[in-house]
Amino acid sequence: MLGLDAYHLSLITAVGISVGVALSLNLITGFCGQISLGHAAFYGTGAYCAALLTKAGVPFALGLASGALLAAVLGVVVGLASLRVRHDFLAITTMGVGFLFIGVVRQQDVLGGELGVSAIPDPGLGKAGFALLCVGFAAAVSAFSVYVKRSWMGFVFDAVASDEDTARVLGIDVPRYKLAAFALGTALAGLGGGLYAHNVKFIAPDSFGFVESITILAMVVIGGIGSVGGVVLAAVVLSLLPQWFQFIDDYKLLLYGGLLFAVMRFSPGGLAGATRAVLARMRGA
Amino acid sequence: MNGQLLKLESVTVTFGGVVALSEVTFSLESSELLGLIGPNGAGKTTALRSITGVVTPQHGTVTVAGHDLSGLSIQARARLGLGFSQQLVRPFFNLSLLDNVALAAGHAITRSPRRALFARDRSRQRAQALELLERVGIADAAASAPAELPLGYLKRLEVARALALSPRLLLLDEPLAGLNQQEARRLADTLRELNGDGLSMLLIEHNLSEVMRICARLVVLDNGRKIAEGVPGEVMSRADVRRAYLGESYAQA
Ligand SMILES: Nc1ncnc2c1ncn2[C@@H]1O[C@H](COP(=O)(O)OP(=O)(O)O)[C@@H](O)[C@H]1O
Ligand SMILES: [Mg+2]
Repeated sequence: MLGLDAYHLSLITAVGISVGVALSLNLITGFCGQISLGHAAFYGTGAYCAALLTKAGVPFALGLASGALLAAVLGVVVGLASLRVRHDFLAITTMGVGFLFIGVVRQQDVLGGELGVSAIPDPGLGKAGFALLCVGFAAAVSAFSVYVKRSWMGFVFDAVASDEDTARVLGIDVPRYKLAAFALGTALAGLGGGLYAHNVKFIAPDSFGFVESITILAMVVIGGIGSVGGVVLAAVVLSLLPQWFQFIDDYKLLLYGGLLFAVMRFSPGGLAGATRAVLARMRGA
Repeated sequence: MNGQLLKLESVTVTFGGVVALSEVTFSLESSELLGLIGPNGAGKTTALRSITGVVTPQHGTVTVAGHDLSGLSIQARARLGLGFSQQLVRPFFNLSLLDNVALAAGHAITRSPRRALFARDRSRQRAQALELLERVGIADAAASAPAELPLGYLKRLEVARALALSPRLLLLDEPLAGLNQQEARRLADTLRELNGDGLSMLLIEHNLSEVMRICARLVVLDNGRKIAEGVPGEVMSRADVRRAYLGESYAQA
């Protein structure tokens, strides 16, 4: 990594954060089947919390951990509220949480209001060190995702995502599993947010709005809901594209919204599902 | 071993204007195989659902081994030892037959998300699941996806999955529907064996010859009311029971 120039290090850093955050939503939406159109709110919570704390002199690691914790607390609260609603309503509820987050942050002077938080202190790891940390974050969330998928928790998530009512008949406490998914997924999103804040050193409400939520969801859906490998690939590609093609940045909502629609319409299994289908056809031929 | 395991007292359930169950009272002794019969729309499934918690009675109480179930969630009731095989099959379509049953067999692990997060090995539960699939006669399809299988398999999957919960009371809603005569007879024999080993069962079933063969006692519902109760031979010779039934089978013929 040390041979890379600053530009490539910053790309690697951004990609690492995106992969981790996309996988954090994948725990909730992909594994447990709970759609969220407001994931950026948790990412933003972690970012604001960590940034304000390190600005106040708290050590970087403690700031990151606090951001993750606060995001998880908020995640559990939203999870509790969402236990009463299902499917399409959950989409609307989480979208509402996303807008609420932006609305509240904009109004609060302590949170920097419209102007955001600037001059976030440098963690002192150097560009390469920070890039390495973000890659480590992505790798750790990937490993954790694979672990969860193969654990009994992942087994239960499969059942909850498929048919909640039947899961209950089998004695499974569905609400507690949903809350576990929300807590884990939002904590990791909060951690990603803290990393993001200390990478760009300046955050504003717009960084955590609806477009960001849709971008994260697009990575999960395009990658293939629930597939760790597919989501990693989609997160890498979708976070690099806007860096290479500047104009994409202006049309993100249109592009990702369109991609989301196309995937749901033509290949509900996303990249992972399409790959499996192609492999099966090649084997069959 | 003896004593009342299940008791419904004056259970009334209405859906909008429709009275599905009206003041229904009956009980099931420990180790009993009780048949619950009646024509279509009589309220049998509704009675079962008021036990599992899928529907909430407007009136009346359901107790299992002395526990009043009112206010308990579906999952809490399952954990009290109720195994439920549903009339309309509900397999997890994203899991193989074997894993559908293995998940239920892991109920001691899945009880707590924390335990589930730290447990990975599924081999014991899969072995147990395979035994249960063998027991109900569908082990040949263990690796198949539910979407590829006929109804007769999925009905037996429901039974195997309920058994995997190691229930103290097995609630079966038309488990023989969709099975051919030979398969139905075999599954009915299996149910009788399980009951012989001490498992208590409430069996809803339209296949009257199998019901008469394996149940020691029947409760008959018609139009949401209990119209008869007793040993099968006597119950089925009653004029009101025959009328409720024959009326329907003529209508169906
Ligand atoms: N969820 C429901 N909503 C409205 N009506 C229902 C519902 N479930 C059952 N019913 C009505 O209640 C009556 C009893 O139904 P059910 O218990 O399914 O009968 P059975 O299992 O004996 O055939 C029927 O008239 C049925 O239409
Ligand atoms: Mg019925």
